[in-house]
Amino acid sequence: MPDFQGFENQLLAGTWMTLRLAFATLPLGIALGLMGAAARLSRLKVLRGLGTAYVEVFRGLPELLVVLTIYFGASVVLMGLAKRLFDYDGYIELSPFIAGTLALALTFGAYATEVFRGAFQAIPKGQAEAALALGMSRGQVFRRVTLPQTWRLALPGLGNLFLIMMKDTALVSVIGLEELMRKTQFAVGQTKEPFTFYLSAALIYLTLTVVAMALLHLMERRANRGLLPRRAG
Amino acid sequence: MDGFGWDIILQSLPKLLEGLWVTAQLVLVSGLFGLLLALPLGIARSSPRPWVRALPFGYIFFFRGTPLLVQLFLIYYGLAQFEAIRQGPLWYLLREPYVCALLTFSLHTAAYIAEILRGALQAVPPGEVEAARAIGMGRWLTLRRVLLPRAAQIGLPAYGNEVILMVKGSALASTITLLDLTGMARTLIAGNYRAVEMFLAAGVLYLIFNWVLQRLFRLAERAMNRHLREPPRLVQQPVPRVPSGLDPPL
Repeated sequence: MPDFQGFENQLLAGTWMTLRLAFATLPLGIALGLMGAAARLSRLKVLRGLGTAYVEVFRGLPELLVVLTIYFGASVVLMGLAKRLFDYDGYIELSPFIAGTLALALTFGAYATEVFRGAFQAIPKGQAEAALALGMSRGQVFRRVTLPQTWRLALPGLGNLFLIMMKDTALVSVIGLEELMRKTQFAVGQTKEPFTFYLSAALIYLTLTVVAMALLHLMERRANRGLLPRRAG
Repeated sequence: MDGFGWDIILQSLPKLLEGLWVTAQLVLVSGLFGLLLALPLGIARSSPRPWVRALPFGYIFFFRGTPLLVQLFLIYYGLAQFEAIRQGPLWYLLREPYVCALLTFSLHTAAYIAEILRGALQAVPPGEVEAARAIGMGRWLTLRRVLLPRAAQIGLPAYGNEVILMVKGSALASTITLLDLTGMARTLIAGNYRAVEMFLAAGVLYLIFNWVLQRLFRLAERAMNRHLREPPRLVQQPVPRVPSGLDPPL
């Protein structure tokens, strides 16, 4: 165990903030992904175009650039709006936490769109037809038949995206959120031991990844409990 | 704020393109070194012997399980903690942010490429390997002539994806003072306060660059798989009907 010189609590506080950021991003990203998938599978050409554009843009942009654009761009845009609408001249700024959540969720949502689209398309058409034939409305079919199965099919993909997003939370340190990476930087500034502390941060991230992987494995097992194992072993 | 600054974008375009060139260098060099490093890693990783698999497994686990930013800082700031490295013969290289970025990105992408390679090696049909062994090729020859070329073919699309992920990851170079596309945009903003315009322009350049890369990889894929495409079929000419009484009456 290396000597953390009293920075243990700082690192823990940072880890807690990293987790809060990741779990704030997750629901928003899933919502964006569902909306994106609905748009891409829509019968309306305009919506399909919008969905495709969203996916192509946010999968092609560096996550760091998205974080920076949202943080600095939102403040410029909001101040411009405030001036025009309310004649307000003060300084407006998104908190790093909100900007980070938005930016990570937009990227997560773009990848999740493709995961959900694949999952929806993997559900045999006959099931929806059968439900329709039983007299359910399209909304009911979606809620009762398609959506519950989507969960099972989308879970592995979403789990991967979550692992990637958890690592991307480190980028939010660049705009000043005091998560694990930022706290580590403080500790390095004080102790002048960059290797010790960055390696410790790396090991903490690695631990988070391992725990998340184990949980995802359990969730996948649970989601697939209704299915017979295909083959022994 | 007075409207969208198209003129400012136009003015800064040469600088942004300079940044894009640095981004391209980072990606191309690390993509190449990453591939070279991934070859032994991926081959060892798919070995049937557990003690051969263990080292590449640990390497891949570390580099895929931690954020790229941490890896970058670990190498750029972290190595300086050791007196031996600061006094060592390589210090004049390792203190350069450019070298550190290249080193980190290569090590990072190598872990991902090694996993791709392992998947591709395992996807080569065993019959092809058996056939190679049956006509007397040794282990190395089989690897060189059969396994690796086939794995390259199978893994190429995934490698293309990884290169594009690396384009996005290379934006982190801006955090250690490099003037890649993102770094250049941030520097320009420090002078002209036009965050929206500069970041959007940089974003468009990234999208174009990624689109071009994607195209190139698709061309490479087509070239590699050309033997799998169906040969052009001879178009069957419709036989002209003779307008005579020879047709059987309906």
